[in-house]
Amino acid sequence: MFYREAGQFKTTYETDQSVFPIIQDRWFIALILVLAFVVIPYFADEYWMQAILIPLYIYALAAIGLNLLTGYAGQVSLGTGAFMAVGAYATYKLATSFPDLNILIIFVFSGFFAAGAGIIFGIPSLRIKGFYLAVATLAAQFFILWLFNKVGWFYNDSPSGMITAPPREVFGILITGPEATATTRYYVTLSFLCVFAVIAKNLVRGRLGRSWMAIRDMDIAAEIIGIEPLKTKLLAFAISSFYCGVAGALYIFVWLGSAETEAFDINLSFLIMFMIIIGGLGSIMGSILGAAFITLLPIFLTNFPPMIGIHIATDLSKHVEEIVFGVLIVFFLIVEPHGLARLWQIAKEKLRKWPFPY
Amino acid sequence: MELLEAIFVLPFADMIDSPEFFMEVVVGGLLTGVLYSLVALGFVLIFKASGVFNFAQGAMVLFAALALVGFIEKGVPIPLAILMAIGVMIALAWVIERLMLRHLVNQEGIILFMATIGLNFILEGVGQIAWGSDVKVLDIGIPDETFEFSGMLLSTFDLSAAGLAAILVVTLSMFFQYTTVGRALRAVADDHQAALSVGIPLKTIWIIVWSVAGVVALVAGVIWGAKSGVQFSLVLIALKALPVLILGGFTSIPGAIIGGLIIGVGEKVAEIYWGPVFGGAIEGWFAYMLALGFLLYRPQGLFGDKIIERV
Repeated sequence: MFYREAGQFKTTYETDQSVFPIIQDRWFIALILVLAFVVIPYFADEYWMQAILIPLYIYALAAIGLNLLTGYAGQVSLGTGAFMAVGAYATYKLATSFPDLNILIIFVFSGFFAAGAGIIFGIPSLRIKGFYLAVATLAAQFFILWLFNKVGWFYNDSPSGMITAPPREVFGILITGPEATATTRYYVTLSFLCVFAVIAKNLVRGRLGRSWMAIRDMDIAAEIIGIEPLKTKLLAFAISSFYCGVAGALYIFVWLGSAETEAFDINLSFLIMFMIIIGGLGSIMGSILGAAFITLLPIFLTNFPPMIGIHIATDLSKHVEEIVFGVLIVFFLIVEPHGLARLWQIAKEKLRKWPFPY
Repeated sequence: MELLEAIFVLPFADMIDSPEFFMEVVVGGLLTGVLYSLVALGFVLIFKASGVFNFAQGAMVLFAALALVGFIEKGVPIPLAILMAIGVMIALAWVIERLMLRHLVNQEGIILFMATIGLNFILEGVGQIAWGSDVKVLDIGIPDETFEFSGMLLSTFDLSAAGLAAILVVTLSMFFQYTTVGRALRAVADDHQAALSVGIPLKTIWIIVWSVAGVVALVAGVIWGAKSGVQFSLVLIALKALPVLILGGFTSIPGAIIGGLIIGVGEKVAEIYWGPVFGGAIEGWFAYMLALGFLLYRPQGLFGDKIIERV
């Protein structure tokens, strides 16, 4: 009843090919956008933006990137953290070498460096697949971080070994650096997420996305029907790493402010992996939902027990958090292995039939 | 030019100059390799029998070692404590099958893999809540003395560790080769459905495999723990076991052993002879790069089954 496409006729090619063909979807997306761009910044305080929303959007961007590679093209990667690091360090080098260049352009540019790294470490995917590939991408994870740690040129030989976001303005508004306001940074991350989510959504329903999915479902069959595995797989690695690189640049420059390579260690790769598994493999919406779930869960776990009157000692609560996190992941995989995106689909199905299910 | 010389000439010259030192490095690497092998062995056992890529093997090593230390600290005599720790690992296997694996039958490999990462978190948390999270000393009475053997310094502890690992591997291969259960395990590894149809209870087999993997984890935990203390970093050797698996092949027990030894030696030799050229700490990624290079040449690993694909 609430979600009925009956009576919505498509009379032009344009409407037939639109991203959201159903009017309810369009309303829903518009509502979310208004919520994210207008309502939330109005009500959210500094803490909410800095601790929850900004990382959420950045993780969502990285998760979309990984989902393009793992969910759509079927190439398992555990090197997400390293590709994000490439983006971050490239931004740092560019921003310090060319102080006058618009920082937003640098963010996008750093994605290309990450894409290059992605192509290099994606080459093994032509020979190996599955878990073997996952381990091969671990080589990227450890090697790239080691490189950034060892070679002083990457962090301008700063004595602390950290890269720090220099303050940069765009149109007179401070975007990076410690002085930038939370609201500005919120809008920067949100805009990046929206633009790149739309691009991703269009990529996966076009020719490229379809060849990714063909490769994922059966690469030999895909090759026989004329899809070049070399080009398709490497493009998947390149575009995925591009997304991760931009996310990594935002991660340091807009969120953390300064960091060393440890911020990009293997745990970050796993975190992003969890997001797409819990959100749903092969779904852009799922990546965002998964990122939201994983970001909000620890905050919920720290705040919920005191709310119902249970007080846990701090050293214990870290372990309890770990356990609950693990249990939830296993539980989720058992109950809904296709992730939150699938739940969302089921909900839409239910809304369509309500109140007369047959 | 200097760099090339430092990479291609000097290390070899060093090796030839002092063969004793080189042998010492190799032996040291072999002993680290034994530990990698033991962890990789646990992976292989589970992967063969259930197709699950068990990321939680490292956490199982930590868990088993923590359990053993916990019992010893309570004043339980060592042999009894070892038996009790084995009991804990078997109980753990039962719980895992009951609560997790049973519900995930027929899921894709990546989903099962993710589930074991979840298991990894649970084991880390439970182990540290139950037995505390500080570094613990594990002393099971293996003497640690160094002696000289034809110009090399060796330690009795390292040798007994290697002996223990060898005994374990021999026992395991006997178990697989000559017992009914072992035969059933091999049948399941070859073909789940065929095994089911001749009446092999899959669920029991899974419990047995996870128990065996748990015991292997215990042995690895004991050796590693006695060497450098029982601590959280034990979990990380699971990550080191991954290139070992790649090198040896996911489905081969001898592959896990030999792969472990190659990685152990390669890592040590590379760190000592080539480390200074690259600025040190290349141990962290060398194993992965070695595995990666090897994969390009032989995707199924040293002893893995050849991957044949049909459309």
